[in-house]
Amino acid sequence: MSAPLLEVVDLVRHFPVRNAFGRRIGWLRAVDGVSLAVSPGETLGLVGESGCGKSTFGKTVMGIYTPTAGDIRFAGREIGRLARRERRALAKDLQYVYQDPGASLDPRWKVVHSLHEPLKIHTRLSRAERDREVRAILTAVGLPDAHLDLYPHELSGGQQRRVGVARILTLRPRLVILDEPTSGLDVSVQASVLKLFRSLQATFALTYVFISHDLSVVRAMCARIAVMYLGKIVELGETAAIFERPRHPYTQSLLAAVPLIGGRRVTQAFALEGEPPNPRDVPSGCRFRTRCPLVHDRCAVEEPALRAVDGRVVACHVA
Amino acid sequence: MAELLAVRGLSVDFVTDHGPAQVLDGINLDVAPGEVVGLVGESGCGKTTLARAILGILPAGAARIRGGEVRFKGTDLLREDPRAVNDRVRGRAITFIPQDPFTSFSPVFPVGTQIMDLMKWKSPRAGAGPRPAALFGRYPRERWRADREAVLETLRAVQMPEPARTLRRLPHEFSGGQRQRLMIAMALLPRPELIIADEPTTALDVTIQAQILRLLRALVKERGVSVLFTTHDLGTAHEICDRIVVMYAGQEMEAAPTDAFFRHPAHPYTRRLLDSVPSPGGDLRDIPGEVPSLVAPPPGCRFHPRCDYATAECRADRPAFRALADGHGVRCHHPVGAGADP
Repeated sequence: MSAPLLEVVDLVRHFPVRNAFGRRIGWLRAVDGVSLAVSPGETLGLVGESGCGKSTFGKTVMGIYTPTAGDIRFAGREIGRLARRERRALAKDLQYVYQDPGASLDPRWKVVHSLHEPLKIHTRLSRAERDREVRAILTAVGLPDAHLDLYPHELSGGQQRRVGVARILTLRPRLVILDEPTSGLDVSVQASVLKLFRSLQATFALTYVFISHDLSVVRAMCARIAVMYLGKIVELGETAAIFERPRHPYTQSLLAAVPLIGGRRVTQAFALEGEPPNPRDVPSGCRFRTRCPLVHDRCAVEEPALRAVDGRVVACHVA
Repeated sequence: MAELLAVRGLSVDFVTDHGPAQVLDGINLDVAPGEVVGLVGESGCGKTTLARAILGILPAGAARIRGGEVRFKGTDLLREDPRAVNDRVRGRAITFIPQDPFTSFSPVFPVGTQIMDLMKWKSPRAGAGPRPAALFGRYPRERWRADREAVLETLRAVQMPEPARTLRRLPHEFSGGQRQRLMIAMALLPRPELIIADEPTTALDVTIQAQILRLLRALVKERGVSVLFTTHDLGTAHEICDRIVVMYAGQEMEAAPTDAFFRHPAHPYTRRLLDSVPSPGGDLRDIPGEVPSLVAPPPGCRFHPRCDYATAECRADRPAFRALADGHGVRCHHPVGAGADP
């Protein structure tokens, strides 16, 4: 494996919980010691249910939140605690795609204006060079040049989304964090959005961190996945291996909960009871023990560390 | 089979700035007693409008019913006296589970107050007669006690812990999954014959969704209630439905028992839709083109501009319903495989 493009070591991000008088009464442990590495050109999936800290992880790597502890190394350089100005320069290499990238277009700007803006801020290209660049990107996302002179409201939702993605790509980033890029989309639209991300990855040699709660999408897009539960990674490894034979009881339940068309019905077989605990008040020991079917005494006392099992890493005493 | 609900040729327009949008175009739909029917389609295909039209809660200013019937146990709800529908059908014989459990409770009243307000008017023990203005309505003491017993019992049925304490708590104290359980309880309390569930699990995580779907299916089967379940998620439809109806741009395309629907879909649109579900192998197949505008929809079959099999016939006429096999029917001039194994 080549040197990782992104390497995160024991990343922690806690948020203070305050009462009505502004006094801190506790910590919300959104991300609580996450380590992973992403190699150039790969797509790493980050999955988990809402509140597991996957978006906080993405935003902390992106620099939107400062880490409480831990290291974030991008291309070998520590970026977690850079000064504002240095951090800004880095925005060129590291981009973040929100759920609906089209929604971040300024409604009063023509598409051409929105696409030129990042280049004006981050590069010293001349107007003609910028123009060439913008047209190339627009072709790559599958839109005709004529769309440059339109306002966002004149485009359909899908086209707006493509322009939003084009805007992120104009700077030719190296790492793109995709945060739930297809949630709320219909399957047919989802398929075209995913196809777009795939072809762009091939064209621009992008590296993706793909955050999603939708396991079927992650399975189709990512070679490796990390499963998160309450701020921790519980299982990380090759997608095919994990889907084939999940080792952590949480991963097993999560996979069992996904409806499988034409297969068994989960409504007849699914066993996981209860709901995830509040991240403000995480259980002692293993965080999953309150819902785990395999729980035993040791789980309440000792927090399982990630260990290599069966070609992947799993944080469980019994797996 | 006597149908509980039969929608025939229902057409609904919405007033827009660009002219009337033909949101529903001659829809037919049947729901048999005790059956769970899935209404599947992409956003904007009109499934929510159809659900609302059946309940009679289309926005009064914007929606116009152009034609058709909604027959519930033989009476056409569109032509029945609106007061009678309100007294006897809506909220009683037909109830509703909303998509978003987060905004469907008032945040300022305990859930118990809100459930008992519902029971005051829609309890199966209340008479069906015309009701006095809400402010002056009295809630007889004995009935209140009986209703409260029924509420507690239903809360136990939907597996809410500590039902009596639940009633004193405010909506924000519950998680999304628990609120959806409360919504299911409220839909069951008037002892309906039909529940219309509008994407009730889209806002939930998969593990919670699996719990809720299992609970809902068990409860309705045990009580013999029919469900019309709208969803855009084919996996969810596979989980819970006995029969599935697919809609596209305001027209229904195919209706089939769940197994036949997934095993040998006959409509080109259904095939495309099933193909666009990400496969484990990583193949991604989308449907070329975009959903048509409903203000100026394509004539004939509305799927024809995106269909591989479209001919002049498809552009001219909307195909009639063609029965294929047992309960499997399609509205297409060129059904794929004609219902046989692909």
